[in-house]
Amino acid sequence: MMNIKMFIPRESTALSLGAHDVARAVSDYSTQHKTELNLIRNGSRGMFWLEPMVEVETSKGRFAYGPVDVSDVPSIMEDITTNLLSKHTQEHRLALGLTEELAYLKKQTRLTFARAGITDPLSLNDYLALDGFSGLHKALAATSQEIVSTVVDSGLRGRGGAAFPTGIKWQTVHDAPSDKKYIVCNADEGDSGTFADRLVMECDPFMLIEGMIIAGLAVGADEGYIYLRSEYPVADEILQEAIVIATKEGYLGNDICGSGRTFNLEVRLGAEAYICGEETSLLESMEGKRGVVRFKPPLPAIEGFFGKPTVVNNVLSLSAIPYILSQGGQAYQQYGANRSRGTLPFQLAGNVKQGGLIELPFGSTLQSLLDDFSGGTQSARPIRAIQVGGPLGAYLPTSKFDIPLDYEEFTNASAVLGHGGIVIFDDTVDMLEQARFSMEFCVDESCGKCTPCRIGSTRGVEVIDRIKYDDSRAENMILLSDLCETMINGSLCAMGSMTPIPVISAYKDFPEDFHLPSNNAVLEETNHG
Amino acid sequence: MQLDFSSDLSNVVKIIDTLKHKKGALLPILHQIQREIGYIPLKTIDTIAKKLQQTPAEIHGVISFYHQFRTSQPGEHKIQICRAEACQSRGSRELEQHAKEHLDIEYRGTTADKKFSLDSVYCLGNCATGPNVRINDELYGRVSNEKFERLVSTFKTQVKGR
Ligand SMILES: Cc1cc2nc3c(=O)[nH]c(=O)nc-3n(C[C@H](O)[C@H](O)[C@H](O)COP(=O)(O)O)c2cc1C
Ligand code: SF4
Ligand code: FES
Repeated sequence: MMNIKMFIPRESTALSLGAHDVARAVSDYSTQHKTELNLIRNGSRGMFWLEPMVEVETSKGRFAYGPVDVSDVPSIMEDITTNLLSKHTQEHRLALGLTEELAYLKKQTRLTFARAGITDPLSLNDYLALDGFSGLHKALAATSQEIVSTVVDSGLRGRGGAAFPTGIKWQTVHDAPSDKKYIVCNADEGDSGTFADRLVMECDPFMLIEGMIIAGLAVGADEGYIYLRSEYPVADEILQEAIVIATKEGYLGNDICGSGRTFNLEVRLGAEAYICGEETSLLESMEGKRGVVRFKPPLPAIEGFFGKPTVVNNVLSLSAIPYILSQGGQAYQQYGANRSRGTLPFQLAGNVKQGGLIELPFGSTLQSLLDDFSGGTQSARPIRAIQVGGPLGAYLPTSKFDIPLDYEEFTNASAVLGHGGIVIFDDTVDMLEQARFSMEFCVDESCGKCTPCRIGSTRGVEVIDRIKYDDSRAENMILLSDLCETMINGSLCAMGSMTPIPVISAYKDFPEDFHLPSNNAVLEETNHG
Repeated sequence: MQLDFSSDLSNVVKIIDTLKHKKGALLPILHQIQREIGYIPLKTIDTIAKKLQQTPAEIHGVISFYHQFRTSQPGEHKIQICRAEACQSRGSRELEQHAKEHLDIEYRGTTADKKFSLDSVYCLGNCATGPNVRINDELYGRVSNEKFERLVSTFKTQVKGR
């Protein structure tokens, strides 16, 4: 009897393309053919055009097939039994060879995503076998100040969008005198084109848990919350199970690894409100209120959850921590460019053939990322625009694809690197419609606290509609640019002040879609973009 | 599940009593009510308010702030189409149009047979394989017009699972 060890992801993208059905077909096949099957439901490697990707373990490593449809299962199983397991060859049309040798993976620098897709996300043994919890053990042996200093040394900056130095945030909470402090993980991941947080939670949840425990030890917090968007039910399920396991095995609870230290963790669900990704709105929401943005100061680090000093960090920021503690701040900070240290998990999305997760050190360019990974557009038409950094990020024309992927370089180009989402549009895109959508999104998602954002966005939609129907186009362009100016200067948070970024980039870099000549005088006047 | 109103209220009381010890318990409570009843009946607001020592206006304010919470009975199956940028670039605008025509409802509407409710959503985190649709808690990627129709007909004949 033949013994086969196979891996089929239980991650959302793979599931959305039929991974459960493929898994069922594989086990049915092996029951019928009396093969001994050890089927692991792993995370995803993040090569989404190949999902559902099925892997088979051999003495030479793991071989892959993908994208697999249920109808392919019998022929793949035959290839496995007749060729792969006996001769280490694959003859199937969906054969991909050794997974680790795939160029898409080989060209990456996976620090945070080192385990994603390799392990069963809920196997503590898998996690421990690949360096899991070694950062926590280092942290337990260190003083809280030593942990904070290590994070400062790493140069890690917040991955949620604002790129604030994580170590400095932790130092503030560490230094704040209080009987109670909290760690809050921002898992609201609302930006279109992003899924790295979700992948962490679905593929390597113990890493996030470890990062949060270390944060607790660093600042003196014994309670943590993961504020998770409700659009991610699979992540919710996996996180809940991981927390139960970590508690049972003594990593969470009142005696972390026998140290006498305490850290408890709970998942809280959002309710479809983009603004709740903004940290103060998030805290209001966690307190059971409308997600209305708070004035700052006080910073959440001083007065956060129920008025107590609170670390609010993005999933990716917290997930970088175990590596940093385990390998040292220097090891992390040797990657990157200028003031952007370490790696960023880029997310290649939209109209792209080979979309997925690409973890790279900062400093590469959009163009080289496209060349190395994208495989062109899904529609096989030319790329016209790329929106980087979510719905509040600029649309870049091809002439700007050589800007280095670095926080400051992007800011200098009036663009946004944000959470690393890269959304590709082909030449059928209508940039006026995209600008209109940005305003419409702001109408839907504004918390309503300030007028330029709440009302300005509604006016924005109307003005763009008038431009669209050539109703006093020139005057309305001036109105639109004034409106953008008002929103930029008069909004309390980045929702209102950054919505104009995609709008301005649309009419400046794609003026033809606004029926404007590229040397239009209106555009000359509106140079604040 | 459709429950009569008196059992709704006693269920709601039970939910609040189990969750109210939590810090900032309101969202977990609202989620649990909606999970069990399918929506948050307006008549439960007074009960929630009293139990949490808040005003009904405050509770109402919270419910109305969040897109997810609803105060009317939805269809048996909740369909959500992603209308964010990455899905737009892969054809979601056309899919939205088709879905509305196929179901003969607009967003926030429910079909006459009460089988389906249609809503939009901003990003389901599946942005490399759109257009994306969520039906109840299941996610579907690369949804063409034909795939959408297939999904709808599968759910039409299916007895509600949760
Ligand atoms: C409108 C808006 C939406 C945001 N959405 C998110 C989000 O979904 N996830 C996130 O981590 N940060 C988001 N942020 C940034 C947070 O306010 C905050 O900077 C972040 O959680 C801090 O964590 P970090 O330092 O680890 O990045 C958002 C900010 C704004 C203004
Ligand atoms: S800018 Fe918009 S989202 Fe931000 S506080 Fe003002 S109204 Fe709220
Ligand atoms: S934009 Fe549709 S899933 Fe992200």
